[in-house]
Amino acid sequence: MADSMNIKLKVWRQAGPNVQGRFETYTVPDANPHMSFLELLDVLNEQLIKSGSTPVEFDHDCREGICGSCGVVVDGVAHGPQRRTACCQLHMRHYKDGDTIVVEPWRAEAFPIVKDLVVDRSAFDRIIAAGGYVSINAGSAQDANNLPIAKTAADLAMDFAACIGCGACVAACPNASASLFTAAKISHLAMLPQGMPERKMRVTAMVNQMAEEGFGDCSNHAECEAVCPKGISISTIATMRREYMKAMLG
Amino acid sequence: MKSDLDSKIPNGPLKEKWDHYKNGIKLVNPANKRKHTVLVVGTGLAGGSAAATLAELGYKVKSFCIQDSPRRAHSIAAQGGINAAKNYPNDGDTVWRLFYDTVKGGDYRSREANVHRLAQISNEIIDQCVAQGVPFAREYGGLLDNRSFGGAQVSRTFYARGQTGQQLLLGAYQSMSRQIGLGNIEMFARQEMLDLVLVDGKARGIITRNLVTGEIERHFGDAVLLCTGGYGNVYYLSTNAKNSNVTAAWRCHKRGAAFANPCFTQIHPTCIPVSGDYQSKLTLMSESLRNDGRVWVPKKQGDNRKPKDIPEDERDYYLERRYPSFGNLVPRDVASRNAKLACDDGKGVGETKLAVYLDFAEAIARLGQDAIAARYGNLFEMYERITGENPYETPMRIYPAVHYTMGGLWVDYELQSNVPGLFVLGEANFSDHGANRLGASALMQGLADGYFVIPYTLGNYLASNDLKKVDGTHEAFSKAEKDATDRLEKLLSIKGTKTVTEYHRELGRIMWDYVGMSRTEEGLQTAIKEIAALREDFWKNVLVPGENSTMNKNLEFAGRLADFLELGELMARDALEREESCGGHFREEYQSEEGEAMRNDDLFTYVAAWAYSENGHTLIKEPLEYESVKLTTRSYK
Repeated sequence: MADSMNIKLKVWRQAGPNVQGRFETYTVPDANPHMSFLELLDVLNEQLIKSGSTPVEFDHDCREGICGSCGVVVDGVAHGPQRRTACCQLHMRHYKDGDTIVVEPWRAEAFPIVKDLVVDRSAFDRIIAAGGYVSINAGSAQDANNLPIAKTAADLAMDFAACIGCGACVAACPNASASLFTAAKISHLAMLPQGMPERKMRVTAMVNQMAEEGFGDCSNHAECEAVCPKGISISTIATMRREYMKAMLG
Repeated sequence: MKSDLDSKIPNGPLKEKWDHYKNGIKLVNPANKRKHTVLVVGTGLAGGSAAATLAELGYKVKSFCIQDSPRRAHSIAAQGGINAAKNYPNDGDTVWRLFYDTVKGGDYRSREANVHRLAQISNEIIDQCVAQGVPFAREYGGLLDNRSFGGAQVSRTFYARGQTGQQLLLGAYQSMSRQIGLGNIEMFARQEMLDLVLVDGKARGIITRNLVTGEIERHFGDAVLLCTGGYGNVYYLSTNAKNSNVTAAWRCHKRGAAFANPCFTQIHPTCIPVSGDYQSKLTLMSESLRNDGRVWVPKKQGDNRKPKDIPEDERDYYLERRYPSFGNLVPRDVASRNAKLACDDGKGVGETKLAVYLDFAEAIARLGQDAIAARYGNLFEMYERITGENPYETPMRIYPAVHYTMGGLWVDYELQSNVPGLFVLGEANFSDHGANRLGASALMQGLADGYFVIPYTLGNYLASNDLKKVDGTHEAFSKAEKDATDRLEKLLSIKGTKTVTEYHRELGRIMWDYVGMSRTEEGLQTAIKEIAALREDFWKNVLVPGENSTMNKNLEFAGRLADFLELGELMARDALEREESCGGHFREEYQSEEGEAMRNDDLFTYVAAWAYSENGHTLIKEPLEYESVKLTTRSYK
């Protein structure tokens, strides 16, 4: 592996929500194959600060692929080229000296741009607040083992519950639909006996909230599944539709 | 402010203290609860569970987080599991044993009564989380599965693959979301607490900065719950998230809240080693890996052969050799120190020689690759993404990294600081882990504090105090707001030559070298001098770009670093003062011939709580009294 790489970055810069944005081109001459993609942006920002410019704002926190804070479109793909990988876990060993990388924010009407690569994903929180929970007050639970759950069902519930709420599914969808995000939570809870009494209310309220936030509908492109860093299956969307139909019919 | 610290431990035998307490407290009647506003800062396991539970009870809650959503608090990154004394495996566990293991694991520097309550509550937490729909791992019979963690000889750890923290946090977040939807919690995301506001000596509000617009806001209520996590990022490189910081706690400290045991830092033994200068953080590999992974180094110094070329009899499985009864599952502090010793001895592996092997070959041969993948698949994938190496084929390289801080704001049995009305929950307080936290106990403590302790203790405070009506127009708010604004303007006006990150790395180097895994009197004195000099230079020469009136992460980081530059010095002073080795605090002067930590119970069985005044810090000692447990030398041999 070459020790030092010269990387050109075309980065979306936008000072605020209602301002015209544009691409700016920068060069990072001393990138390194071991660094993560976000560390590349760190190095760029140190360069910018030193030269008296404003650094590029991007959301990031755990840098372990679990908090869901980070998320940018890298060369046209949400979270970049490595499958099942959030961009904080994307490493520069997948690039070579002289490469140009284009970096943009998530683009969706329901995710307004805050600044540069940072978007407002609070719509996701409102979808969960509409019904993505089991109504149980602290202190009123029965013994945990009084409710056996088949291992296969528990494992599937875990597959769906693994969603990190990053929003890549929305960014990748031609309709900017939040179906994978919403369906993952609905499917997680639909696998379990807990919360059954509110099952119908849940799916109706969450689906309605999704529409209200300005997300599009699903037309089975499956782009969401392809970019999901947790590999959540679009079978969840089928589950959501089935749950919704059942709720509508009775 | 009281200068002596009353721990308010209830009377009676240890096992009955919590019941005694609950029987004796004052309650707020249901109709009056809605008249009280509670400010909850932070939305991790402690803050999320507290906000949800208090809202369920009928209080008006205002909740704050620095992330763009409460679901992203750093509890989300906890991997391995959560302890509880359920004894489902029938392997001899009891509430007493969980209590005892935790006190022993903490090297006898925690409060018995708090820890016993934690162990008692542990079972209810599992019930609550399962009822929320947390998808814990299960056996084929449909019942909950357990795994083992360090410092225990029973399997009491519940887990959801390698994402237990995520699932527990989402459980709390969903409960919070339900209350947000019902209008009982008002949520303020992307808001950073910059100061605590006291009126008549009681905590009545906070000053926050809106991280999108830069606006300073005043929020007021009847009590403030600080659930803002730990301060491991004082070391720059740690397993903490990039935004984790001490600022909210430190601002409270400077308004009078005592800071307890700041030097008690947990260095986690199994993290991915540092690979270069640009490194922004370190990634943990869950302790659960030590269930099946075997730690070793080559017996020969400077052995550069590939691990597979080193024959069995030329490997030193040093944990199994030195600690036959606990083996690879010794507590974290012991495992970390032994890794450091191996590397100091020239037996480290990998390019930097600052790593040891964690090898799964034997477990894969015994159980098959599929079984190992089912247990740790996501961790193995994470390792491969970061290092480019496949741990199914070659051993992982691991090295200790800063992970958790046992120290924090001092609290009494009610989780109240010495500032009335300021409660501190979760990692932000000092209370339950002594000098070393056992694995899978942080999640337990955060949720115990939020779901099952604060609902009682906060009610007692509100019902016992006649709180006059206060709003944001009070002069204390104006003054605190001005302090916050002046500080932001000062940071922006310096326009020096060194970036915030450069200063932070420098502070991290000092902390790691002198206040890290191994400490000496001379090194600590050097650290105190170097940190003071660095802090002075920072305030003259830092370069913070941009403005206050917009999103500006460098400005946020600058403010946090300014506080770390004060905290770091206090940590070194605390470490200097504590002339013994205990838990994560290892002073080289105090060790046995075999290199094991030597406590000094006669002189140091106390909580070191530091009070701040304009003239500097003073030490207040809260003696630790052990009524039920006999202090012994920890032995994992």
